[in-house]
Order: sequence, then structure tokens, then C-alpha cells
Amino acid sequence: MRTAGIDIGSRTAKVVVVEGGKIVFAKKSVTSHDLLATMDELLRGVSYDKAVATGYGRHLLRNRLGCGVISEIGAFAIGARALVPSCRTILDIGGQDTKAISLDEAGAMKKFEMNDKCAAGTGRFLEVMATALGYSLEDFAAAALSAARAEKINSMCTVFAESEVISLVAQGARRSDVALGIHGSIVDRSAGLLNRVVVRDDVVFAGGVALNPCVRQLIENRIGLRVVVPEDPQIVGALGAALHGEAGLHEDEQ
Amino acid sequence: MSDYREMWTQLGLDLKSHDALLAVLGRAYKDIFLTQKNRPAGMKYFDFVTSEVHGLRIKELMDARAQGRIVVGSYCVFVPEELILAVDGISVGLCSGAEWNFAGAEEVLPRNLCPLIKSAFGFKMGKVCPYLEVSDIVVGENTCDGKKKSYEVLAPMVKDLYVMDLPQVKSEAGRALLRAEYGRFVEKLEAASGRKITADALRKRIEIVNAKRLAVKRLAAIRKADPAPISGLDALLINQIFFFDDPVRFTEAVNKLCDELEERVKEGAGVFPKGTTRILISGCPMAVPNWKVPAIVESSNAVIVGEESCIGERGTQWLTEGQGNTVEEMLDRITERYFRIDCAVFTPNASRLDHVREMTKKYDAAGVIHYSLQFCQPYIVESGPVERELEKEGIPVFRLETDYSQEDTGQLRTRVEAFVERLQGR
Repeated sequence: MRTAGIDIGSRTAKVVVVEGGKIVFAKKSVTSHDLLATMDELLRGVSYDKAVATGYGRHLLRNRLGCGVISEIGAFAIGARALVPSCRTILDIGGQDTKAISLDEAGAMKKFEMNDKCAAGTGRFLEVMATALGYSLEDFAAAALSAARAEKINSMCTVFAESEVISLVAQGARRSDVALGIHGSIVDRSAGLLNRVVVRDDVVFAGGVALNPCVRQLIENRIGLRVVVPEDPQIVGALGAALHGEAGLHEDEQ
Repeated sequence: MSDYREMWTQLGLDLKSHDALLAVLGRAYKDIFLTQKNRPAGMKYFDFVTSEVHGLRIKELMDARAQGRIVVGSYCVFVPEELILAVDGISVGLCSGAEWNFAGAEEVLPRNLCPLIKSAFGFKMGKVCPYLEVSDIVVGENTCDGKKKSYEVLAPMVKDLYVMDLPQVKSEAGRALLRAEYGRFVEKLEAASGRKITADALRKRIEIVNAKRLAVKRLAAIRKADPAPISGLDALLINQIFFFDDPVRFTEAVNKLCDELEERVKEGAGVFPKGTTRILISGCPMAVPNWKVPAIVESSNAVIVGEESCIGERGTQWLTEGQGNTVEEMLDRITERYFRIDCAVFTPNASRLDHVREMTKKYDAAGVIHYSLQFCQPYIVESGPVERELEKEGIPVFRLETDYSQEDTGQLRTRVEAFVERLQGR
């Protein structure tokens, strides 16, 4: 029996199909303004017997597909633990929100903290700053890694930070130094959130921003622990939703 | 409804705004309460009271005033209802739970202030609260900083603002202060009503209020059952109506409902399936019509089985006990009773943690949601130690801080669902 986990996030939509606890299919697409169209496009041609939705659009999907739901916090806890059985802490930095989750010895979700009121320090922040400095996302990370020093960014707000970045460059600051400063800001925000849950190894770093090697490095330096980034850090939520569905527990199907 | 328009005009309400408020409330009530499945028949009385919250009840208050009785509004469970009733007065709770005219409130108060306070001002300045307008005396109290300073701003806006001082520490000196304040309050009530409080009158009123408390305590005890015979939303509504309905009539309606609920428990009938995740809510009060968080919790596969809140057990669990032959002796008994309330404005406040723990066990709650209003420093600061201590004892706690707006409902829902998932996983 194939169980699909669907995670429609603010920037990317993900589907993972599992069978017997193993991933048999995975796909990502870009979330458009039309959630249902995004879902239709994502699921086109995907075969499954049962589905569970998570993320921002989960209730809409439940009403449309009659599938089960699980919070993205629950989904990430399950997904991260499945990919990394020794996982005790999860940091997820997505397109517009960040979450930190701590698991107990048995891998059950214990404490969680979320920042979903402000996009500063999230993927959006990185995108806006990369564009302001004239980098692609990949080059942005590489530039930051190559910098000798970080140019500190004072503004918390994404919009004001963008202005600050442009102004720094106009005053002669090196773009790579500013890039490192930006990456540092993200890590400051995330570390703050992480420290409100219990941080214990192994720490799994998930979400789109986990693809950024500079953020990875800075987080490790900050928490003094190695972080594990799954091969595809963006599908952790969808995987967790699928596994939750496969386990057949606490179904909420209509 | 045309009778009421004249009455509302008489009270100085802004009819257009008031109509808008009633429309919003009516819709919210329908969506939240009337869509619930398998509600006890006894809730019809409370639905009726809510539908007439600005109508019939206000008319009763105005008729009472026409007969020379006074209406006393207040914002805190420390204001003794017994004393107000003893001068043949009527006690009404003025705490409000809607984000209404915050723009107006923020003209005279800081934006970063408790929504309960801003709501009170929003209602007053928007001229949409008949309870405020019909009150002969509005009692403020020196509890938290927000309220304490806001009453200074409220004073010129109301007919007669009377501020009661309260202690901050549960010491001998604190008890003496409370006792003295209650004595002073008696003088105020006697002067305003033109009646002297007699021992007989006070004794009778203590019995009336105790009977009301016993009724809601009976309701609370019935909620130990699984499946839950009544929803947390309905229980909250009853606890909110506690503050403004006629006490004798209210007591009768609650007891009648309890008779029905006891039958339900015998049959094993309930409003949610047996085994539904059970949650205790603890923290700041939820004033009418603040139903946001319970609505989210009870549509996320969980049921609220108790409230450790002023609008809940913290406000009602104690009776005024002991005999007293004179008014002075009864005032001592009343002081004893109210002095036990463990609001976070007191320091230290150890008994609150004990009560949360007791209630969790008594109602067989799987976890506790600690509820704070935004900017409420006493409860938010207390939430840290409460969470730590309970988690150490193996009781899961989820802390949330919110206001009255609908802005964060999606975010709250995600967190509440995650907490329920955590509880289900154990």
C-alpha cells in the first residue's frame, strides 16, 4: 500500500510516497498563489492509496482530498527521526518560517518553538538579500564562505535589512563580507529559537535553507554540535506525513 | 428588538456601532457554539441568555435601578459579590473579550497593553456596552500594572469610578489591607445605595453566592467523566455568564443542566468520543466573548476538561465559610475566602502551581495549555516556572500567548495540533 505525504509550504510543495516505510517516490514543485492548482499539479500522475497532508494548506487539502492531517511540527519530528534514527533535535528553516523541535529518547516530540510571525531569518530573507547583492543563492553562500570578516547587519526587518545592505555596499563594503553578515543574522535568529528547546545531538537541520553550506557551518559553530543535513532536506515534512499515514494512527479522515 | 433600541439610546449607545457588534457576536456564536454536536438540552437556557445579553438582562438592570437599586460593575473576582448583593444591588462583570475599537483605545492607552484592558476602553469609547453605561459604580482594582494605571485614564470617562486597593503579598499585613478595603467598600455601597448592610441581609447573600459557586463546582466535578458530557466551550460560556446573570436563576439553570449531565454520564454519552485527548487550560481569564482558543482546541481532536482561571475554578472553587453573627465577623469570613485566590499578581504564588497539578490529576488531563494574554507580565513570567515544574513531573505543558485578534488563528492551530499530537503519542 502506497501512502502519500503532502507538504504544501509557502515557497515549495512536496510529495513523498512511502511503501513499507521506504520512500518510493518524491517530487517538489513551486507553490503558486493557487493552493489547489499547486496541489493538482504536484499530484498529477502520482499513484497512492492513502494520503496525509501537512503544512500551511493541510486543512484545505483535507477538505478537498478527504485525507488525514498532521501538523508540520509532528510531521518533521517523524520525518527527521526516520531519516536519522539518532535524531534528538530538529531545526527547520523554511521559506517563511522556522521551527525547532526536541525529541525524547524514544524519538517522540517533546518541546517545540516556532517563528511564523516574521520572515526575517528565513529563506525569504536569504532570497531578498542575495538579489540585493546581485548573487544567485548558490553564489551567495559561496561568497559568504569566502569572506574574511562579517559585515554586521543591524536591522531585524527584512525590508530594512535590504536597504542597509545596499547602503553598506554603496559605502564600499565588500559584497562577500556583507554576505557573511547576512548569513550570521539568520543563524542568530535560529540559534535563539533553538536555545528555547533542548539541544542535544544528533541535530538534524532541515528545510530549504539547510541546502546552504554557509548557514550549516555557522550553526555548527554556534551550537558546538555537528548538524546532519538529510540528502533532501526539503522533503522531511512530507516524509513524516506519509509515515504517519502508513502507521495508521490517530487518523482524521472525513 | 425595537424596545431595546429605545433603551440603548437612553443609555447613550452608538446604535450603528452597537448593531455591528451584535451582528459580529451573533455570527461568532452561531459558528462556534451552535455547530457543536450533541449539546446538552440544558444549554438552551444559556443560549437564550447570550442572545439577550444586551437586551433582556439590561432591561432587568434598568428596571431594578428604577426601583432604587444600584448596579455595580467590576473587573476582578476580588470584588465581593456578597457585599454588592447585601445592599440589594446587582453585580455585573465588565471584563470584555473582543477586539473592538482598539483604534479608539490606542488613542488613550499604549498599543502594547493587555487586550482585556484595551477591549474595555474600546467598548467604553465606542459606546457599545450597555453594562458600562448602566453601572452606577464601576469598581476598579489595583491588581496588575496595566489595570492600575488604566483606571486613572478611565476615571473621567465614567460616572463613579471606585478603586479598591489589593495586597501584593499574602501576609498578615496583606490580609489586613484586604479586610480594610472590604470595610471601606461596604461604606461606599451603603452610601451609594442608601441602605445599611445588616447581618441578616449579608448572611442571606453569602448563601446565594455560595449556592452559585456550588452549582458550578458541581458542573466542574461532572467533567471528570470520559466521554466528556459537555464541551469546554459550553462550560466556559457558563462560567462567563456567572458574572452577569441573576444569581438565583443562574444557579437553578446550572443545577438543572447538571441533573441532565449526570444522566449522560450514567449512559456513557458525551459530546466527544470516549478517549478524546483531555486538556486543562490554565492562566489568564477568557472574558466574554473571547472563545478563540477553546474553539481551536476543541476542533483539534481534544476536549477542555477544566479551567484554572478566574473565569473558572480559581474564581469559584472556594466558598465563604464559617458562621458569623455580625457584619464584622462575616467580613472576616469573606476576607478569608477571597484572600485564597491565587492570581499571578500575588508574589509568591505557590498555591497556583499546586492547583494546576491537582486539577490535572482530578480531571485526568493529559496535558496543560498555559494561556496568557499578550503583554500580561504576571502570567507570562509565571508560565516559565509552571511549565518547568510540571514537565519535570511528567505533565506536558504548552505555553501560548495571544490576543483577541483573528490574525494568529492559523499559527495557534498548528501549535495546538502539534501539542495534541504529542499527547496522543504518549
